[in-house]
Amino acid sequence: MKLKRRDFLKATAGSGLLMALAQPSKILAHSDKKALPPEAVGILYDSTLCIGCQACMVSCKKANDMPIDSSDVEKLWDNPQDLSAKTLNIIKRYSEGSGQNKDSETDGYAYVKRHCMHCLDPSCVSACPVSALRKDKQTGVVTYDKGACIGCRYCQVACPFNIPKFEWESTTPEIVKCQLCNHLLQQGEISACCSVCPTGASLFGPVDELLTEAKRRLNLKVGIYEQFPVNAFGKNFKSKYVERKVARYVQHIYGENEVGGSQVLMLAGVSFNKIGLPDLPEESFVRLADGIQYAIYKGMAYPMVVLGALIYMVRKGNDTKKKSE
Amino acid sequence: MKDQNLPDPMREQLKGVSRRDFMKFCGVMAVSMGLPMGAGVQIAEAITNPKRRPPVIWLHGQECTGCTETLLRPSHPSLEHLILDLISLDYHETLNVGSGHQAEDALLKSIANNAGEFILVVEGAIPLKDGGIYCLIGGKPFVDLVKETGAKAGAIIAIGSCAAWGGIPSSPPNPTEAVGVPQVLQGKTIVTIPGCPPNPYNFLSTVTHFITFGRLPALDHLGRPKFAYGRLIHENCERRPHFDAGRFAEKFGDEGHRNGYCLYRLGCKGPVTHANCPEILFNEVGGGTWPVGTGHPCYGCTEQGVGFNMPLYSITDIPQPTPFANQAPIQPSRPSPHSTAAVAVASAAVGATIGASVMAMKKLGDSEDKKNSSS
Repeated sequence: MKLKRRDFLKATAGSGLLMALAQPSKILAHSDKKALPPEAVGILYDSTLCIGCQACMVSCKKANDMPIDSSDVEKLWDNPQDLSAKTLNIIKRYSEGSGQNKDSETDGYAYVKRHCMHCLDPSCVSACPVSALRKDKQTGVVTYDKGACIGCRYCQVACPFNIPKFEWESTTPEIVKCQLCNHLLQQGEISACCSVCPTGASLFGPVDELLTEAKRRLNLKVGIYEQFPVNAFGKNFKSKYVERKVARYVQHIYGENEVGGSQVLMLAGVSFNKIGLPDLPEESFVRLADGIQYAIYKGMAYPMVVLGALIYMVRKGNDTKKKSE
Repeated sequence: MKDQNLPDPMREQLKGVSRRDFMKFCGVMAVSMGLPMGAGVQIAEAITNPKRRPPVIWLHGQECTGCTETLLRPSHPSLEHLILDLISLDYHETLNVGSGHQAEDALLKSIANNAGEFILVVEGAIPLKDGGIYCLIGGKPFVDLVKETGAKAGAIIAIGSCAAWGGIPSSPPNPTEAVGVPQVLQGKTIVTIPGCPPNPYNFLSTVTHFITFGRLPALDHLGRPKFAYGRLIHENCERRPHFDAGRFAEKFGDEGHRNGYCLYRLGCKGPVTHANCPEILFNEVGGGTWPVGTGHPCYGCTEQGVGFNMPLYSITDIPQPTPFANQAPIQPSRPSPHSTAAVAVASAAVGATIGASVMAMKKLGDSEDKKNSSS
């Protein structure tokens, strides 16, 4: 049969109409945040407590056996400019004007720690066609299995935080991302970055308790001296505390609701988009994509329409043929 | 002496040193070895009531006597206190009163009497070429002397870089095939105290540890005491903050050099040299009394393959880089991937594709119309 332009356009329009009618947002109306895994652990990063010492970066490299990532010609320092296949965790610095005042948006500076957020509903896991990326059912850690990975790099495109990196320089490349030091967690230890943080800026613990702690901090009076837990926090840990002056927080916990919530939570003294964290909707991208898919295929509607259109075109084609004979 | 309550034998032993000074010395010794303060008391006991002063035999090979010289510098203990009260120095070519056959007899007697107990200290490298004839002591090749004495020693200390691995005499082209003690006495535990000269306290602390506890301090894979050679110069250097911040002296006498900036670019070997120079300094005259403190780069005398081997002002690698003092920016600056030419080519390609699609659709329509009209 020959495809007629008119029929082709008709079928296309039909499909589009169906998708529009499906209205994913309506179908998602009942949707709520995915529940925390039962033993969900994560990190609370408090930018106001961070002193930019980069001990977490050193510790991360050691714990995960990562190579040096030098951006200077002489290779004097391990000074990555961004997350890369050699760097799972990085401290970055926001600086404006004279850059003198901590946690100030004008003439100030602020630090941010970037690594995997361990989303509750991770886009990378959804995008991965071979389940090389998985979310642990108990701890919620998003892990990577190099044996299963086919190198399609969909996860790189899917991640709203730009976390998974690809070993472009390797002949047998893998995806590289923070796995919350899963190998240490299994030995009963905590993530390497948190175990060395001297100020408690990176705090390890169960996500629900970290969230409580984050909310407590947002309600503290600015300028008073307050005890902040160091290294690990929660009922399973005996926390050490250090005394610090309470900074002026932005009244928002980044990661509490962003794209369905994550197990890494962040507090800061400057607005989050200034320190490179994107403004994201509360709805997880996975939910959105799933919604569209489920809506289209509800009651086999989409295949039926396509099949119908095909049958129609074939019949019409046959008719034309008969007529011409 | 002030303190009259001391028991007589102890007062006699101390010979004019006040009790306070003595206890201070013991405390300093303990701390310099990284031992708890309480160990100072143990050290005091071991030194004031030695079961017997440990016999020491000190041999000299291919050397400059700098390592012996360095022992003149410390004040706790001073050289005379060391050799008269703490140890029994049975043989030392620089300090022997007797000479010739008399001195050699003393050596042989001490070896025979104290077999398995004496401390053997070797200073200087050992030449091996042509049967070791390039260093003869009493008509005997030095290498044979070391082998004979080493076989009966209770503990062996190789003082100085020459004894530790060959040092200056072993520098290329090494005409006498000089080696260190560990290469001659293979299979034995040998404490090496490299340095040119080594810090006297690294040697004294090792001896004191041996006298006090009856065993040697913890050693690394090259036989160096960990308390002294456990860390790189770079790790404890007073100029380290300048390195981390990227502030370097580029030339001797330039602005950075006068301001005490890092000497890495002048050829400092601190990043590859293990030693405690920045911590214990030299000669007890206050801060800054070590090579880097005086404004000259470290030349790596305590590290085999660095000192006397790498060119003095050559730049080393950094084996374990640590982060830069400045952090990465939020948005790293990258050269724009969009050159004008690339944009032009890409636009042309997009344009061509759109044009081709339009034409294809048009043709599809045309052929249909033609067919319809012909039928």
